[in-house]
Amino acid sequence: MSVDAQSQSVLAPGPWSKRFAAAVVILYAGLAVLPLLWIFLTGFKTPPDSIAYPPKFVFEPSLEGYVNLFTTRSRQSDDYLAGLPPPTNWVDRLVRSRNMVIAGPSKFGQRFVNSVIIGFGSTALAVVLGTLAAYGFSRFRVPLADDLLFFILSTRMMPPIAVAIPIYLMYRSLGLTDSHLGMILLYTAVNVSLAVWLLKGFIDEIPREYEEAAMIDGYTRFQAFWRVVLPQAATGIAATAIFCLIFAWNEYAFAVLLTSGEAQTTPPFIPFIIGEGGQDWPAVAAGTTLFLVPIVVFTVLLRRHLLRGITFGAVRK
Amino acid sequence: MAEVALDQVTKRFGATTAVDGVSLTVGDGELVVLLGPTGAGKTTTLRLVAGLERPDCGVVRIGGRDVTPVPPAERDTAFVFQQYSLYPHLSVYDNLAFPLRAPARRRPEPEIRARVAEIAELLHITHKLGNKATRLSGGEMQRVAIGRALVRRPSIYLMDEPLSSLDAKLRAEMRLELKRIQVGLGATILYVTHDQVEALTMANRIGVIDRGRLIQLGTPRQVYQQPCSIHVAERLGSPPINLIPADLLPSPAAPPGTRTIGARTEHLRLGAVGGPGPAALIRRVEHLGDQAHVHLEVAGHTLLTLADPHAPVRSGDRVGLELVGPLYFDGSGNRIGGTAAPGPASGAGGRTI
Ligand SMILES: Nc1ncnc2c1ncn2[C@@H]1O[C@H](COP(=O)(O)OP(=O)(O)OP(=O)(O)O)[C@@H](O)[C@H]1O
Ligand SMILES: [Mg+2]
Repeated sequence: MSVDAQSQSVLAPGPWSKRFAAAVVILYAGLAVLPLLWIFLTGFKTPPDSIAYPPKFVFEPSLEGYVNLFTTRSRQSDDYLAGLPPPTNWVDRLVRSRNMVIAGPSKFGQRFVNSVIIGFGSTALAVVLGTLAAYGFSRFRVPLADDLLFFILSTRMMPPIAVAIPIYLMYRSLGLTDSHLGMILLYTAVNVSLAVWLLKGFIDEIPREYEEAAMIDGYTRFQAFWRVVLPQAATGIAATAIFCLIFAWNEYAFAVLLTSGEAQTTPPFIPFIIGEGGQDWPAVAAGTTLFLVPIVVFTVLLRRHLLRGITFGAVRK
Repeated sequence: MAEVALDQVTKRFGATTAVDGVSLTVGDGELVVLLGPTGAGKTTTLRLVAGLERPDCGVVRIGGRDVTPVPPAERDTAFVFQQYSLYPHLSVYDNLAFPLRAPARRRPEPEIRARVAEIAELLHITHKLGNKATRLSGGEMQRVAIGRALVRRPSIYLMDEPLSSLDAKLRAEMRLELKRIQVGLGATILYVTHDQVEALTMANRIGVIDRGRLIQLGTPRQVYQQPCSIHVAERLGSPPINLIPADLLPSPAAPPGTRTIGARTEHLRLGAVGGPGPAALIRRVEHLGDQAHVHLEVAGHTLLTLADPHAPVRSGDRVGLELVGPLYFDGSGNRIGGTAAPGPASGAGGRTI
């Protein structure tokens, strides 16, 4: 067999398959990003621009959507507006140009904070409980482990709405409806099944020898878990946390049913924005854009863990 | 350092009995090598001492204290794993420092630095201290794993084939180094190996294990010269011992009941045809440099022995073959005659309870 200059590793893809793969990835990324881009742009349009036909790609950006998102306004007569002192800032000016005055802040900010508390709270709880449970299932002889694991998984198979009514009744009698604690517990309960399964897979991959070595080196089991298992499970924990957060962040059905004020999250709130004075698509788009930011930031922060492969190699198999 | 004793220890995994009633004492400052075929229970024995396995019955003592229920962290042992496991998320330096940073026996950082530097020097891995543990060759990983044990001064070092993935030169070097360290520190070591040179040169005593049972325990010389059974005799010696029927070669000294004769190369004398022994045909001569392997055939049986590389032997030649003080085994494979074979219950250097 001749070895020419073009010869290459058996495992490395050739230039054409690389180009093809790149094309597929770019096409898919474009499809995935397009709606997000549209939402982002709509947030900076004026309401007439947002429903213009044919759609406008080039437009004069406006912050009206964001102003409308964060304020409640009331429509006033020209006479009334003329009698007011001149607007002191750009927000007032913008609102008055639409024949309105600011009546007060909207509830968006508070709903957003609710989402952050409930989303991140339940994610943290699900990941902590999930990691501990997964470690237990992975390392100890748990009676009926397979049945328990299947039971845990089965809670995930059921459509959440099937248990909505019982949970609603239960929450009402416990006084948990429309409370942060209630929503955190509910989302944790749903997410913990996913967390246990994902993390058990990751922890199973970490050879026991590491903990055994650490325990001989003078660490207790918990210290070995903390110093040796957790750092190596970081990839799995990050991936699990992202999945849990996405679920809790986007969840709609339970949020509609169980929250109305105090603890209402952003998803059931966004439809309310459409309400006053016609269809305020820029405000909806602005709310949606802001709603996406935490997930994006969280994912980008954990990206390193998601992309980094699990480190095999230091244990001879 | 301390004396470590196993007393009638048995460990079962379901239907397999990995360790079967083993009693073994490793004296303070002694190096005992466990030798045995794969699956014999060597690793399990080490794990029992370390506390990674609980015995089903029997007692483990370290320094006279019954540690059977004591968790590994409190036993003060150091383990070099067969599947050496460096912490992949840590650098080589941090791997070596890890045992010294255990909350239970934390050392001050400057002391750790000095200790790690010293050990790294000893194992020739100083230039790799900054590496991630995964970015090492197999031999380097193994040396770091040994280093992680050596940074401490535990009551016993447990080493499970610690030199298996080193090249011959490095292995010979490390063997001497380990032995030097052991003698220097007066370290107690329980050492598993498949390499008989390691076993014979390093051990104070060798324990031969088969199917979970300790079948002989004695000095390298005892185990080599007075194996208690065919099985033990087969484990040591290079080339391996020749096992031939009792009546193949004249052996007037054979005790009654001899069924098999074990002839190591030093038990076979090649001479001129027509001497006291029968003639053997030289089938093949392999030159290994400093010596030659000579394959002989006598009455349909092949024997392998050594000869001087300059000896005038060529394949096709006929030579006279004579037995000189071989080993005699009875029908069940036990050695008979000569000096009594020391069983597991006796031996030099340490006392078995
Ligand atoms: N955790 C375990 N579960 C079930 N069986 C086990 C376990 N550990 C060891 N065994 C069994 O116990 C026996 C002894 O195993 P051990 O690892 O001690 O052998 P070894 O002498 O170290 O062999 P090798 O030279 O191949 O390393 C084997 O039959 C093995 O299959
Ligand atoms: Mg082993």
